Amino acid sequence: MIKFFVNGEPVQFASDPDTPLLWVLRDSLGLVGTKFGCGRAQCGACTVHIAGEAERSCSIKVSAVAGKNVNTIEGLTPTNPVVKAVKAAWVDKDVVQCGYCQPGQIMSAVALLAKNKAPTDAQIDDAMEGNLCRCGTYPRIREAIKTAAASLGGKR
Amino acid sequence: MIKTAKPVTSRRAFLKSTAAITGGLVIGFWLPERGGRAFAQGAPKAVHPNAFLRIGKDGTVTVIVKHLEFGQGVTTSLPMLIAEELECDWGKVRAELAPAGPEFANLAFGMQGTGGSSSVSNSWEQLRTVGAQARTMLIAAAKLPVPEGVPLKAAKDFKLIGKPTRRIDSLEKVDAKTVFGMDLKRPNLHVALVAHPPVFGARLGGFSAEKVKGIPGVTHVVETANGVAVVGKSYWAAKKGRDALEIQWDSAPELKVSSEGLMAQYRTLAKQPGPSAKKAADPNAIKAAAKTVSAEYEFPFLAHAPMEPLNCTIEFRGDSAEIWAGSQFQMMDQGAAAKALGLAPEKVRLNTMAAGGGFGRRANPASDYIVEACEVAKAIKVPVKVIWTREDDIKGGYYRPAYLHRVEAGIDAKGKPVGWNHAIVGQSIVAGTPFEGFLVKDGIDHTSVEGVSDTPYDLANLDVTLHTTKSAVPVLWWRSVGHTHTAFVMETMIDELASAAGQDPVAFRKGLLGKHPRHVAVLDLAAKKAGWGTPLPKGRARGVAVHESFGSVCAQVAEVSIEGGAVKVHRVVAAIDCGLVVNPMTVEAQVQSAIVYGLSAALHSEITLKDGQVQQSNFHNYGVLRINETPKIEVHIVASTMDKPTGVGEPGTPPVAPAVANAVAALTGKRPRVLPLGKTKWA
Repeated sequence: MIKFFVNGEPVQFASDPDTPLLWVLRDSLGLVGTKFGCGRAQCGACTVHIAGEAERSCSIKVSAVAGKNVNTIEGLTPTNPVVKAVKAAWVDKDVVQCGYCQPGQIMSAVALLAKNKAPTDAQIDDAMEGNLCRCGTYPRIREAIKTAAASLGGKR
Repeated sequence: MIKTAKPVTSRRAFLKSTAAITGGLVIGFWLPERGGRAFAQGAPKAVHPNAFLRIGKDGTVTVIVKHLEFGQGVTTSLPMLIAEELECDWGKVRAELAPAGPEFANLAFGMQGTGGSSSVSNSWEQLRTVGAQARTMLIAAAKLPVPEGVPLKAAKDFKLIGKPTRRIDSLEKVDAKTVFGMDLKRPNLHVALVAHPPVFGARLGGFSAEKVKGIPGVTHVVETANGVAVVGKSYWAAKKGRDALEIQWDSAPELKVSSEGLMAQYRTLAKQPGPSAKKAADPNAIKAAAKTVSAEYEFPFLAHAPMEPLNCTIEFRGDSAEIWAGSQFQMMDQGAAAKALGLAPEKVRLNTMAAGGGFGRRANPASDYIVEACEVAKAIKVPVKVIWTREDDIKGGYYRPAYLHRVEAGIDAKGKPVGWNHAIVGQSIVAGTPFEGFLVKDGIDHTSVEGVSDTPYDLANLDVTLHTTKSAVPVLWWRSVGHTHTAFVMETMIDELASAAGQDPVAFRKGLLGKHPRHVAVLDLAAKKAGWGTPLPKGRARGVAVHESFGSVCAQVAEVSIEGGAVKVHRVVAAIDCGLVVNPMTVEAQVQSAIVYGLSAALHSEITLKDGQVQQSNFHNYGVLRINETPKIEVHIVASTMDKPTGVGEPGTPPVAPAVANAVAALTGKRPRVLPLGKTKWA
């Protein structure tokens, strides 16, 4: 029995401890906002927060998060200033296209801006290069992160 | 909010405008009268009432979107067409995706389908008419027959069309509330993964599920036409079960294709006479050329690799079935599913799910992943979602075909082209599909030669030969279809001729495009905005390309450098003439998208085969563009002379690879002729 927390709520998982965290979130907990894209930490669609870090849930065994808190896109606090700024910027810049990768993009962007309110272009690239988007929304993601940073008072 | 629409038959529309109108009205008899339909399949005789529109008592206007939403923004642009004529409050407009049904035919295809950058253009008159009919009926406030010949607004009176409009679906996608096919939840839903043959066309010799037994959560192991499915109560159970299968595959020697072998065969074929796509008036004219350039170009197979791996959910109820899939060809998939399930098509309801990208992969005339899901569902008789892993997707075929082009072109002493012999070798995308009848003429698959045999350049004595090959590798259209390779060859060869003639590449092109003002206009605008001819920092160069596809013309100027032997693209400036613009924000987004998609293929992506096996498996070895490699992209829209919208989703893809290649040539003196450029170390 593996005990951990998802979005602050205690959860227990009794099946295969090797199950990737992604599939525990999606199949056992019904949290389908975290997406399956590649299964080997190449695309970032499955990005969640563990201890404030953006992590790829497809490549973390559920046994590895025992006792930890995992935050998913569903658990982002709407009133959190960073979350609010990122989502508002995403809508303002009309970022999304198909939208499938966007929960992962947003999780990576929130993790970045939570730590760095004024990321440089290189820092944005570093934080976001693990998140693929086949629709090519990258230019708008860049713009939206800068917009969010500006609204958070970040100065470069 | 994007929702999957409820069945038409149970829908009741109660129109109620903000004024005091009572009673229920039904809207939407649209009879497509225009010819040119490609298919007779269920061609709509009369569209069902309310097919496209529902007005709620609270004034909410719900538009039923007949096209698949997979990123291109049709859940915004198509409602805009109706709302313009209906003159309703845009803030109250919602979108729902239509299920499979003949009333939702693409008027350019004559069957339901999303592709060919045609979603807006085929709906242009149809949906404005629906909006105008609804408005007429609302004003009359009576149960009228659907009015015929309703006047449509003149372009000068548009309030919404042409206005930058944000997407309807942004917020739900930002909040991760959009339900993609992958996310669908149903009672007792099982998950299946299918082991496919490692070599295309290989047959199942035998298999043992001995090691699958005892894996918790696995419920069924069943044979399908193209493999062995393992079904479980979760993805992970099915995955572990599939990994534990022991399978023997039988593959005939002729199936053991290699990319190198194919290209060698193509190279030989290109030098031989073949079926003509265009005959030169004087095939010997090139012999009198002052200068000739000859070149061979190689293009690999390409996977579409949409972010959402393929999946299909089915509830097979014995005498009927319900399917959920992000399909680009709903009715074709519905028909294929019915056949696989042994049901009449009307007994199969196909719900269109929001799709996480597609780029052509979900428009497969073979309905491969849909039929496979049907086979599993029929065998196990429990609700099942068949999921393809990323490896299944990358290795699963239905690629943009590999092609080889061989060109010999000559100019006279003044730089005017006098002869152009062009051979194209590769598989036909439409052979053996229902599209063959109208896309293959006299042995020439139009999708193999589009962009070459119909070039707008004034090329004297253009001669085009097509060698259509066959292989075990399944092929399919991929964003911009034939233009993915033909634009590259035409635009790099034209550039090479400009260079041979000692002329500026933009001026040289314009000199050959005298009868094509749209091409000249986009070239001029892209060149101006990119600072064509102005100095660049050392180590950088610009390249240009222009190409027409799907009724639109797009020019691009790329700025590149070489870093560590690799091509780095710093900036792409695009100018597009896409006819009458419905939503400039969509146009900008789609051109950006098309450029990023094209750059992935230009720089990184290739599927190669060795002994019949695909050598790539996931994004670590099937490279696609990441944000750190994404250039600054600027999109400029030319004020068009056209009074209708033309394509937007694809026309931005073809010019980017040749623009980059021409910049690389300007910088290095070497002409890129093999894609992706990442195969070559540049200096």
